[in-house]
Amino acid sequence: MKYTGAEIIIKLLERQGIRQLSGIPGGANLPMYDALSRSESIRHILARHEQGAGFIAQGQARITGKPAAFFATSGPGATNAITAVADAKLDSIPVVCITGQVPQALIGTDAFQEIDTYGLSVPITKHNYFARSARELLDIIPDAFRVAASGRPGPVWVDVPKDVQDESIEIESWPEPGGLDKAPEIDPAKIEAMAAMIAGAKRPITYVGGGAMHSNACELVRSFIEKSDTPAVMTLMGLGAIPMDDERSMGMLGMHASRFTNKALEECDLLIAFGARFDDRATGKVAEFCPDAKIIHIDIDASELGKIKNPNIGMKADLGEALSFLNDAIEKSDRSEWRSRVAALKAEYVEEPRDSEDPMSPYGIIETVGRMLKGEGAIITTDVGQHQMRVAQAYPFERPRQFLTSGGLGTMGFGLPAAMGAALEDPEATVVCFSGDGSILMNIQELVTAAEENLNVKIIICNNNSLGLVHQQQDLFYGKNIFASKFSSHVDFTQIALGCGVAAYDLSLEEDPLAALTEGLRRKGPVLINVPIDLHQHVFPMVAPGGANSEMLHSNI
Amino acid sequence: MKNTVLELVVRNHPGAMMHICSLFARRVFNLDGILCMPDADEATSRMWLRVCEDERMPQVVLQLEKLEDVYKVSEHGASHEVFSQLECYFRKAVDGSVDPSL
Repeated sequence: MKYTGAEIIIKLLERQGIRQLSGIPGGANLPMYDALSRSESIRHILARHEQGAGFIAQGQARITGKPAAFFATSGPGATNAITAVADAKLDSIPVVCITGQVPQALIGTDAFQEIDTYGLSVPITKHNYFARSARELLDIIPDAFRVAASGRPGPVWVDVPKDVQDESIEIESWPEPGGLDKAPEIDPAKIEAMAAMIAGAKRPITYVGGGAMHSNACELVRSFIEKSDTPAVMTLMGLGAIPMDDERSMGMLGMHASRFTNKALEECDLLIAFGARFDDRATGKVAEFCPDAKIIHIDIDASELGKIKNPNIGMKADLGEALSFLNDAIEKSDRSEWRSRVAALKAEYVEEPRDSEDPMSPYGIIETVGRMLKGEGAIITTDVGQHQMRVAQAYPFERPRQFLTSGGLGTMGFGLPAAMGAALEDPEATVVCFSGDGSILMNIQELVTAAEENLNVKIIICNNNSLGLVHQQQDLFYGKNIFASKFSSHVDFTQIALGCGVAAYDLSLEEDPLAALTEGLRRKGPVLINVPIDLHQHVFPMVAPGGANSEMLHSNI
Repeated sequence: MKNTVLELVVRNHPGAMMHICSLFARRVFNLDGILCMPDADEATSRMWLRVCEDERMPQVVLQLEKLEDVYKVSEHGASHEVFSQLECYFRKAVDGSVDPSL
């Protein structure tokens, strides 16, 4: 039977298990859209900006762990998609971006909506493809999904010229969908050496990154910290790997950790890194990070071993597989002495109270929502800024893949479309997007998509009418020279929401803000809740950029 | 600075060179000579890279090995003949001082 390149793409996506796919049509990808319109198993979600489509795909991939795909046209469609793809690269999210391109006969002529998509996508993808014929698509599409999901996951870009989409070829049989590469072999000698090093440690700390999520190894990480009796810290991407209220959890490490957490790291004699990459926001000044510690580092990406810190024992492995051996090899330990030292540090470094009962305060809104949704398995996304760090510090995360945030790239505009992607995959869940009045404007057009799809997304805008984290840094590190970080106009977000067909509340106008918040969270479909908060409360504690984690600023007073 | 020569076997397609050069540029690895020729079967190409040998060499190799288009990376010493022979042609082209038959 004959199929066009466009029909081949859709058929292969169907075979790959893609059921919901966001994107925006345009001149160069219309053949794909024409073919998509006839698909019986793929539903299309029409985004309003290609970055939105990319973050919707990321939201899908982040909660399912499976690759998600999205479509964009050539030229501006492709350039708009770049930020969402780059974001997926930094956080190791499996996303497949498929763009239309001008016909091959026009490539290199500065044709209408022509851009070098292949060249632009090289540094921001795990891998990319340019399809030169319809026949090549039979290899490229399954391979794109294999690359996206295998090893350390990441985004893959496939650029398809219009003539390739239109080319018709005879197909007798379909290739197998892209699967997973085999994980590296586990070296039993290294497992033994790790177990011995752990047994000999007096003050070990387990340091858990996003790799624990990607390898679906969080259960095994929990067994490890229980059996070895080690306190644990998580990176921003690792939050949820261990419940925040676990007795051994010290929460997030690094720039916005609790002081006792960073102090404990300073005292540790063995750092056990699981799927973490020693990012500068986690380590602070590297020379002063865990200065007395030996390091065990397990990561699926060999180039992370020794990139920042040289491990005493490094192992390229799937974390889940490695832990299934390591958990057997380690002895059951009692480290109550070390844990009581950690408890003493916690008692010594008390953070200032956070107004946790007041839903109109910067931390209070987050903690109030956390209390309301506890035990329900709500999914939490954030944008980027003060609200993001406050959520990371104060939200009571209970499980893996509960928290979706832009960690590596730090993209304002991530929160809303990522929440929508999560809601598409888990329509019954309550998905809360904590955002700021700066961040929400960077992808606010997706409110329209959320309304159209009636997605169960609750957008909470922590509104200080400023770029709060910029304001904070200017206040602390630029001699209070506040410049270009305060907004002079006051956007009425409830009006915007209503105009897009989204229900809205403004807690400052409610007689009973708590009741309104409850009503907003419980209401089905998309809801926007505006919460005015105080600009002058900083996110504390904080390590000054470039500073050592042991020296934290910690008080508004 | 001491140089070393890396030999890569890569998938032969128009984007392979771009992937490798982009990697060196974005990770600020030093790269001062490139030679690339398709292998006999045309499915793969062979690339020789002359790079600065500093403490980041293991990281350079690991990053190269991560590229999907790179099948194999091997390290040679600085004196690998591919560049020393090329240098003869180079000098001849510049000042005609060296006999290419050397």
